[in-house]
Amino acid sequence: MLQLKRHPNKLGIGGWLLKGRWGYERYLYILHRITGLGILTYFLLHIFVTSSRVLGMKTWEAVMGVLHHPVFMLGEYAVYAAFIFHALNGIRLILIEYGFAVGKAEEPVYPYRSSVNVQRPLGVGVMVLAVILALVGAARFFMLNGG
Amino acid sequence: MRKSTAWNLHMLAGLCLVILLGIHMITTHLDLILGWFNPAGGEAINWRNVVGRGMHLSWMLFYICFLGIALYHGLYGLRSILFELTLTRGAEKVVTAVLVTFGIALFIMGAAAAVVFQSQAMGA
Repeated sequence: MLQLKRHPNKLGIGGWLLKGRWGYERYLYILHRITGLGILTYFLLHIFVTSSRVLGMKTWEAVMGVLHHPVFMLGEYAVYAAFIFHALNGIRLILIEYGFAVGKAEEPVYPYRSSVNVQRPLGVGVMVLAVILALVGAARFFMLNGG
Repeated sequence: MRKSTAWNLHMLAGLCLVILLGIHMITTHLDLILGWFNPAGGEAINWRNVVGRGMHLSWMLFYICFLGIALYHGLYGLRSILFELTLTRGAEKVVTAVLVTFGIALFIMGAAAAVVFQSQAMGA
């Protein structure tokens, strides 16, 4: 069986963030990781919080009362915005993984258009949509007053 | 499981989550704008809304599927990030074993909560 050579990651986590002059998609990649880890952390805690409903109404309302604190509201909005970004960027990544929106393969004879430039409008469009949906969510979190 | 199969399942789980987490977000965070799936009105986390959703078998199944798919997607993603730190093969096996055990334990806890709450809500 073919064994791939293992190259040690000498830069560690710093290599993801600090090394090189990155293009637009690289920053989306970094943000995808950060939002993914943030959502996962929230989700693991969320399992414990929502499971408290089996303990009855009083326990549930006590837990939800704590979560109505402005700090938690801000945190919940951050998770909402992170989800919007992560989901839309994830769809973009899947499309690219399967060869959509990257253009047809061609001989790299100057002047040619690289697939990075072909796929860029998708990345920009995804971010515009993410900002619109994040603003709609902001209206719910910060402008509407729940009873 | 082959690595390519696990990776494709990770992407498929991500697509499923766009729908499942999208429904969850619409239900709980756009409640005051859309009001979907909140039979008592007002905020989604009001106890009457929680009971109203929890008593339906379809919502119980929704939560269990959501839980399993989200745990797989999230923990596989974490595993992929950790593996990029070029761990030794032994460390990779330990990380995989810990994440699988942790994921199964959380799935059992969350799924049990959904099942128990459905029976409680039906009796309320």
